[in-house]
Amino acid sequence: MDQLLYASEVFINGLMTGVMYSLVALGFVLIYKASGVFNYAQGVMALFAALTLVGIMNGQVPFAHLINAMFGTHLDKFGWTVPAVLAIVLTAGVMVLLAILIEKLVLKHLVGQEPIILFMATIGLAYFLEGLGDVMWGADIKTLDVGLPQGISDTVEQLTDSWFGYGFFIDRLDIWATIIAALLVTALVAFAQYTKQGRAMRAVADDHQAALSVGISLQFIWIMVWSIAGFVALVAGIMWGTKSGVQFSLSLIALKALPVLMLGGFTSIPGAIVGGLIIGVGEKMFEFWIGPMVGGATENWFAYVLALIFLVFRPQGLFGERIIERV
Amino acid sequence: MKLKFASLVAGAVMAAAPAMADLIVPNLSYRTGPYGANGTQYADGFNDYFTLLNERDGGIGGEKIQVPECETAYNTEKGVECYEATKEGALVFNPLSTGITYQLIPKVSVDKKVLYTPGYGRTSAKDGAVFEWVFNAPANYWDGASVAIKYLLDQNGGDLNGKKVALVYHNSAYGKEPIRTLQELGKKHGFTLTEIPVEAPGQEQKSQWLQIRRDKPDYVLMWGWGVMNQVAIQEAANIRFPMENFIGIWWAGSELDVLPAGDGANGYKSLTFNGVGMDYPLYDDLKTHVIDPGKASQGGEHVGSAVYSRGMYAAVVIAEAIRKAQELSGTSAISPEQLRDGFEQLDITPERLVEIGLPDFGPEIKLSCANHGGSGMARLQQWDAAAKKWNLITEFTEPDAEVLAPLIAEDAAAYTAENNITPRACD
Repeated sequence: MDQLLYASEVFINGLMTGVMYSLVALGFVLIYKASGVFNYAQGVMALFAALTLVGIMNGQVPFAHLINAMFGTHLDKFGWTVPAVLAIVLTAGVMVLLAILIEKLVLKHLVGQEPIILFMATIGLAYFLEGLGDVMWGADIKTLDVGLPQGISDTVEQLTDSWFGYGFFIDRLDIWATIIAALLVTALVAFAQYTKQGRAMRAVADDHQAALSVGISLQFIWIMVWSIAGFVALVAGIMWGTKSGVQFSLSLIALKALPVLMLGGFTSIPGAIVGGLIIGVGEKMFEFWIGPMVGGATENWFAYVLALIFLVFRPQGLFGERIIERV
Repeated sequence: MKLKFASLVAGAVMAAAPAMADLIVPNLSYRTGPYGANGTQYADGFNDYFTLLNERDGGIGGEKIQVPECETAYNTEKGVECYEATKEGALVFNPLSTGITYQLIPKVSVDKKVLYTPGYGRTSAKDGAVFEWVFNAPANYWDGASVAIKYLLDQNGGDLNGKKVALVYHNSAYGKEPIRTLQELGKKHGFTLTEIPVEAPGQEQKSQWLQIRRDKPDYVLMWGWGVMNQVAIQEAANIRFPMENFIGIWWAGSELDVLPAGDGANGYKSLTFNGVGMDYPLYDDLKTHVIDPGKASQGGEHVGSAVYSRGMYAAVVIAEAIRKAQELSGTSAISPEQLRDGFEQLDITPERLVEIGLPDFGPEIKLSCANHGGSGMARLQQWDAAAKKWNLITEFTEPDAEVLAPLIAEDAAAYTAENNITPRACD
């Protein structure tokens, strides 16, 4: 009985973790869907967004290290702090600016190139952003507190204790992540289905050439999609950064999104969510049941094994578009 | 114009290349990558102490110290590249990475360079008969494990029978280092050990901490590095694990590790073999000669932090070994062989630490041909979240030599067998 209760707790926590993975995977899906680009820089965008958010909140002078080294000044902070909500809005603005720059300086010059070239460009972008974030805001680990609660949910613990005699652990941050992810996905789906820009985005996703022929601006759509992906990266950065502090490792959360994408498909928003949930639950349950027999630390590799198993049966992923090529 | 250009080029070349008579101590640092936040602070402390010696004393024994820095990004291949790039004329290396250390151990034996790995690297390098060129004083991972268990014994009236200890560790050569020691100590003192690996980098540890919540160990020890530490401390706070029963190795004991968890980290403990904070006379000199004139590494923003202090302490030990080597050889421009001899005759007494301006900053270090690891003494510090500072809570404590000595002998013997080495005579 105890094992069943423990397994249930692990299952629920797996779902919650899966939501956190989905948040990262969503950014990849948006860009891939609209432009066919696998954005290697998505993880670094989350890092850059979170660094910028903390920097704005703390009133940190950007490029202070560089300025101090060049001019012998001692700049550090402006002396003010910015409320979290305003800082999030300002950071979203920075991510839009970044999207515009990416479109103008990188993507525009690569229109019509092979997807692998665009992919390589995003690798370059990832390293550039990593360095830019470092130079702008410094390499220290930064505490991020936008007011999201953390720690065990007493309500859940007491309720489950009264029902089963064992209080379940659920992190309040995970509950908030679930709520925010649900809102985000609803907003994204509504945007894609019911707005003119959303329909244009879907048209571009379906066929670039056809979309261009009916007057849709590819340039605008790309900026829009990269901006939205930047905002999604900001949300992912907030969630993961709240947990571990904002630091370079945040960019590595992209690795957690890859099996989610393989499983859910690169072109489906629901796929990113369902894929995340399956990976989250799968890796946690495997670690719970099998981990102790094989020395533990199975989660990283098992997520990929799980994704590969799905790939064998559905190469396009669970919700991906089936590619049919007629000769 | 041409002459001016040529002299500029010559000047630049001369500035870039260390003068041949200088003492060259490369700093294989990492300021980028997942571990860059820690690496930066360590490198700053290491650089600043040598800058202080150059600025205040004109170097050591009249020789200036050059500290060429090379970025390893905590990557083993890059670390080896950095070693190759900086080894010309270099005396000693301190790469701050167990992975890089393992790769450099055979190389330094061939190149005859000193490898100094305080608190990390290969534990059995303590055996100087086998590892002629490697030093790991004042303490190694096995010392750390033993000192932590000694502390728990103190807390439990000398009896750990029936207690449950969980080890949360970075699933790497580094993280696995204390397992054997803790198993042996478990047999000796009657506690059960649960090993809980965390896959690098350690951003997600829900499974591990759910397991700890279910198993309810009395104590959790942690061998972590980088983001693993911050997440573990946050998760421990999330499940309301009593922080005073959570002890990290010294690499899980920096401000960077505890600050993100805020008040939740209050009471967390870690091992350390160096002092923390700025309440030492040396910092007055550092301020006068390095920080105020704007010569501090990275502007001096990390001065006094736990990892900065450790980097500075590594530089202190190297500087003292250089001093001893100069004294033994009667020359100021020493060779790596002479530095090795200096290390082997090193005797940093409490009185000497007072002279340096760091009273009680580290344990006494007395090395020999056979003993490259010192006494292995370490102490504990505890985090005060309100004051945002570490407080030292124990004196330096010796590890359990009865358990450790055979383990070191066994591991050193395995190394000699694998590498077909004949240990030198150290009598």
